[in-house]
Amino acid sequence: MTATIETSAVTKRLRAVGAAREFGILVALLLVIVAATVANPNFLFSADGWRDLLLTPSILVLLAVGQAVVIITRNVDLSVGSVLGLSAYLTGRLFIDLQGIPVLAVFLIVIAFGAVLGLVNGALVAFAKVPSLVITLGTLYAYRGINVMWAGSDRVNASDLPREFLGLGTGQILFIPILTIIALVVLVVAGWVMKNTRAGREFYAIGSDPAAAELYGLKVTRRLLTAFVLSGALAGLAGVLYAARYGTVSSQAGSGWELDAVGAAVIGGVAIFGGSGTVWGAAIGAVLLLTINRALPILGIPDFWQRAVVGALIIGAIVLDRVLAIRQKRKLLEARESGE
Amino acid sequence: MTTTPARGDAVAALELRDVEKSFGSVVALRSGSIEVHAGSIHALIGENGAGKSTLVKIVAGLYQRDAGVFRLGGVEVDFKSTAESKAAGVAVIYQEPTLFPDLSVTENVFMGRQPVGRFGRIDRKAMRAEVGSLFGRLGVAIDPDRPAEGLSIADQQVIEIAKAVSLDAKVLIMDEPTAALSGVEVDRLFQIARSLRDEGRALVFISHRFDEVFDLCDTVTVMRDGAYIATTAIADTSVDELVTQMVGREVTDLFPKQETVIGAPLLEVDGLNSAGVFHDITFTVRSGEIVGLAGLVGAGRSEVARAIFGVDAYDSGSVRLQGDAVPAKNPSEAMRRGLALVPEDRRKQGLVLEASVAGNVTLTIRNQLAKAGLITSGFENRAAQVWASRLEVKANALSTLAGTLSGGNQQKVVLGKWLATEPTVLIIDEPTRGIDVGTKAEVHRLLSELAGRGMGILMISSELPEVLGMADRVLVMREGRITAEIDRADATSENVMFAATHAEGAHS
Repeated sequence: MTATIETSAVTKRLRAVGAAREFGILVALLLVIVAATVANPNFLFSADGWRDLLLTPSILVLLAVGQAVVIITRNVDLSVGSVLGLSAYLTGRLFIDLQGIPVLAVFLIVIAFGAVLGLVNGALVAFAKVPSLVITLGTLYAYRGINVMWAGSDRVNASDLPREFLGLGTGQILFIPILTIIALVVLVVAGWVMKNTRAGREFYAIGSDPAAAELYGLKVTRRLLTAFVLSGALAGLAGVLYAARYGTVSSQAGSGWELDAVGAAVIGGVAIFGGSGTVWGAAIGAVLLLTINRALPILGIPDFWQRAVVGALIIGAIVLDRVLAIRQKRKLLEARESGE
Repeated sequence: MTTTPARGDAVAALELRDVEKSFGSVVALRSGSIEVHAGSIHALIGENGAGKSTLVKIVAGLYQRDAGVFRLGGVEVDFKSTAESKAAGVAVIYQEPTLFPDLSVTENVFMGRQPVGRFGRIDRKAMRAEVGSLFGRLGVAIDPDRPAEGLSIADQQVIEIAKAVSLDAKVLIMDEPTAALSGVEVDRLFQIARSLRDEGRALVFISHRFDEVFDLCDTVTVMRDGAYIATTAIADTSVDELVTQMVGREVTDLFPKQETVIGAPLLEVDGLNSAGVFHDITFTVRSGEIVGLAGLVGAGRSEVARAIFGVDAYDSGSVRLQGDAVPAKNPSEAMRRGLALVPEDRRKQGLVLEASVAGNVTLTIRNQLAKAGLITSGFENRAAQVWASRLEVKANALSTLAGTLSGGNQQKVVLGKWLATEPTVLIIDEPTRGIDVGTKAEVHRLLSELAGRGMGILMISSELPEVLGMADRVLVMREGRITAEIDRADATSENVMFAATHAEGAHS
């Protein structure tokens, strides 16, 4: 006796709202691009404009994807800016100290290095049971301190890096910057994993109700470690790409980026209390955040207001999410009443 | 007949013998024993704090025993985690459903063991189809694609059951699964339970409802004060005998409602409306009167209570207490005027689990207790002592954290907390849900006594005997409306149940 159980109208409506959340950010992004392009056509219709539009947010997209995964598990990784900085400096040191090292080897070593830094975060959170906000705030300073101690006032310059490596940072394939392609590949893979695999769904489950996750017998510790390792590895990858893109790496590289990464995730609809949102939303949030930063000067908005706009965007996104959540609850309740 | 667990030739599917478990100085389980055979539904009963939940949690792998024997199918086991017990074929349906609110119903059923295809891709189609047939088999009509958020407790429970059934568990433990289910849902559950039994599984059924125990189970094990008391075949025992075993004394009257003088109206609710939640709610509670609010889970009873108390907003209508309007959406003002609400979900809404018993009881009267703005634990303990001893809260000390108490004792603490405010009208939502017989009678005696002293009581209850035994007047709600008002003399289980389930003229 197989009953056909239909998806109810309410569920369909809710799904539409969920999709609309990311669509809304996308529309906002397009509006910003259109406005800036009207003010100055070069914003989009010049070789540099097009390249900058794609290139600028690519590194932040990587951080935002990692951050989104961590936030979905009801945690946060504030150390990603420092991990990026250390990784970028390590990249430079590898090329300087090991002349002729293959570029691929550098990628692998630095990503692994980032993963180890992430593992430290994850282990402290999963085993010591200290809130990740505190742990990663600590490692934010600790990693940066190590960076300063290691680099001192020294810096890596573009002349220290091989040309083929720097080429990655600025090169294009079919008018699309290589960095953007890398970010897209990471995004597509992460998006697929989060949606379609047990690991991905368990990240959502853990963030939705950690106590229930324990009762279900999910491997919570292992999943938390994975999330932090992933975030660290992506920050490591971002560090390599940072070195390739900018050429110059000081001990302050990537400082403050963790806040952009968290901001991007929140703007993109990743609930700060975990359990909902997508890496796609976070990625679009990252693009919106940095594109607005570039568009506002073109639109003639003074420097001071540019920071305020970003702040308003984050608060607006959180308020919007809250309103949507309340409406959803009400809808579900009404549906229960009417027996839909 | 009191006997020791029967030692048949068949190996028990689940066997615990002299299992002990302590938390610090609190002994939760002194000597827990049970022997459950395949193809049997075994009732586990006992007062709150008797150690049933601890026993269950040990079987589930949530707790590890300190001493004793634990065998599954004759093999000694030692579960370190819930995952291990699951893998060994144990499924537990807990009293408080644990679902992931953000995820869909389907995902909730399959979390952690989704069918996967190539590259570890979850096979959503297969998952969806299995949920469809599972729900068909259980006879439930929950949209499998909706998020678990906003589901009624009854529906959440059903999903828990579906989960356990889909696990193909050999040992299925149900910790008060029927507490929040309507009659129809209980029948459906029992049907499923019997078919699982006939498939040769072992079921453990924990309940405080004797009619269900006698209806469903073939064997019963009684526990008291953390220890095994007796195992008997259902056919060889009676309610009286079980109650005696449970409490260690004779309980004479389950529902003692004293005759009271019913006086002036205290609480007057007029035309209360909240779109999509409840409609046209009008009733009065008089001094010395207990008004029962009956109906199925999800009929909107708790929502009405929350609106009256000012927790939730309402669209129109008025609430008056002793003639004065009670402002909407202002619980502290409602409290000040003499309203008290003891909520249904005590863990989430009624208790500060991290605070002590004394701290919880005195939470509502902090302003009265303060001397020059300061509260000392001396004041707190003195005020709390009165209520804790009156309600016989079984806590080692008033400083015990509320979160570590058993369900019944938690309910007593919540009650004490509100009674300490000396309200004129008490709204109490499912006063004895998940509470054992002994405590139930105490709670009922207490409510009756309070009414006798002129308090007006609005009692929301899903248990018909409780409503019929306690209420002077019964209001019945169905789908957000009051469908009947029946006097004590005329109230029968039939007419109350009819008003709770049937629409006028048509079935919905």
